[in-house]
Amino acid sequence: MRATDSNSAFAMYRALVGTGCVCALLVVFTYLLTAPLIAQKRSAALHEAVFAVLPGTTATLALHANDQGELGLLEHGAATPLYLGLDAGGRITGLAISAQGMGYQDLIRLLYDYAPDRGRVIGLKVLDSRETPGLGDRIHHDRAFLAAFEDLQIPLSADDGRVQQPITIRSGPHRQPWQFDAITGATISSQAVARILSQSSALWAPLIWRNQETLQGIASRAEGARHGP
Amino acid sequence: MAPSASDDFIKGLWRDNPVFVQVLGMCPVLAVSNSALNALTMGLATSFVLCLSSLLVASLRAFIPAEVRIACYVLIIASFVTVVDYLIQAISLELHAALGAFISLIVVNCLILARAEAFASRNTPLRALLDALGMGLGFTFALLCLGAVREILGMGSLFGIALFGEAFQPWVVMILPGGGFFTLAAWLLLITGLKRRRARPQGA
Amino acid sequence: MNDPSLASIFINASLVNNFVLAYFLGICPFLGVSGRLSTATRMGGAVSFVMLISSLCAYAIHAVLDALGTPYLQLLAFVVVIASTVQLVEMLIRKFNPALFRALGIFLPLITTNCAILAVALFQTNRAYGLLQCLVFALGAGAGFTLALVLMAGIREKLELAELPDLAEGTAISLIVAGILSLAFMGFAGMST
Repeated sequence: MRATDSNSAFAMYRALVGTGCVCALLVVFTYLLTAPLIAQKRSAALHEAVFAVLPGTTATLALHANDQGELGLLEHGAATPLYLGLDAGGRITGLAISAQGMGYQDLIRLLYDYAPDRGRVIGLKVLDSRETPGLGDRIHHDRAFLAAFEDLQIPLSADDGRVQQPITIRSGPHRQPWQFDAITGATISSQAVARILSQSSALWAPLIWRNQETLQGIASRAEGARHGP
Repeated sequence: MAPSASDDFIKGLWRDNPVFVQVLGMCPVLAVSNSALNALTMGLATSFVLCLSSLLVASLRAFIPAEVRIACYVLIIASFVTVVDYLIQAISLELHAALGAFISLIVVNCLILARAEAFASRNTPLRALLDALGMGLGFTFALLCLGAVREILGMGSLFGIALFGEAFQPWVVMILPGGGFFTLAAWLLLITGLKRRRARPQGA
Repeated sequence: MNDPSLASIFINASLVNNFVLAYFLGICPFLGVSGRLSTATRMGGAVSFVMLISSLCAYAIHAVLDALGTPYLQLLAFVVVIASTVQLVEMLIRKFNPALFRALGIFLPLITTNCAILAVALFQTNRAYGLLQCLVFALGAGAGFTLALVLMAGIREKLELAELPDLAEGTAISLIVAGILSLAFMGFAGMST
């Protein structure tokens, strides 16, 4: 009796551990095989999005903000980078900032282009959303909707760079420079985009305003490096 | 009278179709069938997991005692789902984004566990594979039926190719969750009606 | 970056994006258990409890795996935790309320394959919710699931006395009712807190 009990307990443990090992090997093997391919696709997709949002850009630099609110070149392991766009002449075309927030169904991820010298958003691309097909997902490609983001003002106060008028959806008969029109039938998705943009810009616009000289410095150093010694 | 090998495969396509007859694996059927392409990808991904899991379960069936069988099956299924998740990401990021969390949810698709328990654990790997192939194809077929109808009526296209002109007013409810329920109900009514009619050769 | 309030997470999970009627999760028990009001409420309660525990464990697992740098083990870990939680719940109910255990019968182990529970773990990880947000999300999901189940059970009990065409009896009519319920719940879409 005892022998069969311990036999069956052994059989159970052997089955569980054995299956566990086989499964773990399978998963690890697949992960190692596909990880470089996936990373490559991800960065290609992001680069494509960044170039789409920053017209005229020929090179990008990844930046991040440290705890003191200073911008610098992206270091390993830092979160939420922004991308500085440079054109052929080494001038800054804009900064591509990624932002995300809750839409109607699930998260909406977008990339928007902010031109600090003009103090406005000059482009927007919705990267990922799970909004209702045919309604909410029109934020991806509705031309009239997206055209508004080619010139959306973010007025900053002159002394400390704080955002004075957050980005919102037009509410009255006249459209203010910091407002855009929602898509009919996609009110919630449009409101979500407004909320994501206003929260992100409230964080980044003042920071960029404070770091304008740093940015110029980074741009000229990159231009200098490009032309070589 | 042992069922032949070809019967193992064919039964899953129609007679024991997982969606229309066994009513298993409903969650992804309704959630991912809002376009034909999503439906096809989901069906193929599920078939992939089903075939490999059934194969592995059948191969290991001598070593898995009854007490821990469900735990082992679930481990095996979960690993293959993780594998297919990474494979789809490596093939196309857009497709992966479109299907989202529902790829991971294949692991709780009752169909796979049911086939592992009912068939793969009691038959040779070859027969288990044939059974899984049949069930997987039947499942994909059912998903396509739903996806095609919902996409045609709800977006006026099939696999992204527009079928009707600009003037087509899409029946948006079809791609909403409610439409999924209605479409499946309509298919079930149609199939039940056809079966009844076939069972009564004299007619109504 | 965008921090939804706890109230909006709860309302979103339970009403606006109801797990059953909007995300199509937990359909198997939804169609299987909603025949009787009493079983429906008990199933809803059991599922809500499992969701809560799984949500907490999923948060911990995600934190640990992130620290270890092995994200690919996430799904395996989630599934194992959910299966264990269901086993635990089953043992507790059998010990403390044998009548309830008998009433739930086969449905208790079936909670393991309830996609809604795994979905709670997956969604909260994707949306990077904090601990409190995860808890509220799980509570909302459980409440929404129970609500959908109870509504369906009530309607189906009434339908048993109605005259239906033969063809529609069973799954077909349940699906049609579910579709109408789903459309009704879309009315919550404009709710914001």
